[in-house]
Amino acid sequence: MKLGRLLGLLCAAAISLVLTSGAFAQDKVVKIGAIFPMTGNAASAGIHAKAAIEVALDIINNAHPELGALPLAKNAGLAGLGGAKVEVVFADNQGSPATGQNQALRLITEEKVVALTGAYQSGITLTVSAIAEKYGIPFLTGESVAANLTERGFKWFFRTTPIATDFVRVYSDFLADMKAQGMKTDNVALVHDNTEYGTSVANTIATGFKEKGFNIIDVAYASNATDVQSQVLQLKEKKPDVVLMISYTSDAILFAKTMQAQDYKPPLLLADDAGYSDPSFIKAVGKMSQGAFNRSAWSVGAPGSATALIAEMYKKKSGDDMDDTAGRQMQGFFVLVDAIDRAGSTDPAKIQAALKATDLKPEQLMMGYKGVKFDDKGQNILASAIIIQLQDGENYFAVWPKSNAEKAPMLPYKGW
Amino acid sequence: MSFVLVQVIVGGLLLGAVYALFSSGLTLVWGMMNIVNFAHGDFVMLGMYVAFVVFTLFGVGPAAGAPIAMLLLATLGVVVYFALIRDIMKGPMLAQILGTFGLALLLRYSVFAWFGANFLTLPQDIVGGTLVFAGLRIEASRLLAGIVALLVTLGLHLLLTRTTLGSKMLAVAEDATAAQLMGIRPDSMQAIAWAIAAGATGLAGALIATFFYIVPTVGETLGIVAFVTVSLGGFGSVPGALIAGLLIGVIESLSGYLIGAVYQDIVVYALFVSFLWFRPQGLMGKM
Repeated sequence: MKLGRLLGLLCAAAISLVLTSGAFAQDKVVKIGAIFPMTGNAASAGIHAKAAIEVALDIINNAHPELGALPLAKNAGLAGLGGAKVEVVFADNQGSPATGQNQALRLITEEKVVALTGAYQSGITLTVSAIAEKYGIPFLTGESVAANLTERGFKWFFRTTPIATDFVRVYSDFLADMKAQGMKTDNVALVHDNTEYGTSVANTIATGFKEKGFNIIDVAYASNATDVQSQVLQLKEKKPDVVLMISYTSDAILFAKTMQAQDYKPPLLLADDAGYSDPSFIKAVGKMSQGAFNRSAWSVGAPGSATALIAEMYKKKSGDDMDDTAGRQMQGFFVLVDAIDRAGSTDPAKIQAALKATDLKPEQLMMGYKGVKFDDKGQNILASAIIIQLQDGENYFAVWPKSNAEKAPMLPYKGW
Repeated sequence: MSFVLVQVIVGGLLLGAVYALFSSGLTLVWGMMNIVNFAHGDFVMLGMYVAFVVFTLFGVGPAAGAPIAMLLLATLGVVVYFALIRDIMKGPMLAQILGTFGLALLLRYSVFAWFGANFLTLPQDIVGGTLVFAGLRIEASRLLAGIVALLVTLGLHLLLTRTTLGSKMLAVAEDATAAQLMGIRPDSMQAIAWAIAAGATGLAGALIATFFYIVPTVGETLGIVAFVTVSLGGFGSVPGALIAGLLIGVIESLSGYLIGAVYQDIVVYALFVSFLWFRPQGLMGKM
């Protein structure tokens, strides 16, 4: 008994020694956890997210004066923490909310990260951020858009991306403009999966659109479908004026193929980012989806501009062109690290305070937001989006609003 | 009956044929050899990648891709049998489950490491686009897969019921020791069974690749249906799997169209469970 207790004490002493020495060693490095789907059906998105964050790390940890007003680019490391370097510990959520939660727990308790970012799928961000909230660790998502994420009264949750309520405004204004150009837009079919992302975005859009006088046709399907023929036939029969696709990559590809096989072209196809922004979607079925509209906040910009330089770095890292999702992830990560830099500390409470005080101007951002400023719920109130179009089946061009447009919208939907 | 409904049913039959084709290899291994092969879906995935590589390197479609996939996968089947299955068959059931599951992960992430996580596809018109019969639209690629599913089923059925080789395989499945006393080598019979099963699976993968997307985790998406198809059809019954596959395909399509796609899985699995309640041996299985 006595020996056991002595042993226990010795162990405790040893552990605390290891822990304190660990803490000293960490002073020079700021550890941030990033949880993404590195395997599973959304792995393509997760791997692109990892590349985006690695590019951001390069920009933060090395001097990049050529990137202008972008915070953290000018000098190497974090000035606010005596030039400390940022290290990201990546974890794989495997496309499962439960795995995401376990990984968050591991990152917080084992890896001792000071903040978290992720987790691509809204349904996983939902569970992962609950762990961060419990442990009092700031969690910032740059890409998950389900509206309810910021409706939970969380104190440690922040979100830079525009969300479904913003899309209602963007989409309805865009459709009103298309109507003015002679398109019919009264009947809108919402094609969405049954995940957190699909249902919550579809619900928000349905509610908002009904208030604005649109007729809504709801076409739901189970995500990772083996077949979507019956849904495409439903669309073909009901003949909506607009088809709004709220789908991840795997299903988006299946829909494009099935629409071609069933010879179905809606007059106007509008996609809600996600699968339609995945570079592998464009490579696989872009030529069958010519004229698809999509939402984005990313624009490469003029050659030599900060965004063009970032796009170049990203292409070198990932082998693919920068897309909106990777861009929003990268932007979110910059905002998080900027807050840590301004906090001048790795104390979670101080980072949380700095995040709340965030006030970034458009010229300090790589994405086309009107700025970054969080409300009480942690939502960026200055987030915004534009409409882009896959005109030639290979490249997206900004087409709306007019002030941001590179090309005029091409109508109706061409398909293949 | 409305015209769209006919299209839905035809689509369901073609989908069902794909399920049957997908499951044929599993029926053989699971039903005959009594091994649950959790790597089955990943064998299909490998078949898909073989078809993709053959197309990328030589620019030819499934006419070359399918036989190559069949041969490569058959070889892999034999290798897997001697390297893994032969030993874990002697162990408890759990060893089989974990062994084949580990094999599944090994295959999936080897492909992942080599090809990356990007979604790939073969050109939409690689088999000849979409055929139109009196307004009915049928993808040639799916029709081809459906026809091959019928042929494979017929071939496997004849092999098992009409040939000496089939009888020997069944004898080994029934009682390996007794078969050995009759002068049959269980080892070679099992290896042949694995070669046939894996070959059929590779063939299925190469054909499915002509109309589905290709990604390392695709075996997961399609895999569950294969297990349901085999148990509904009845363990060890090759024609049973075909009928079960067609049934599931039609029920899925119809319920997806009439009730809503979110509920189609509920309908399929509710019917599946209630059916097994009355007939646990499946459609054509023996007790």
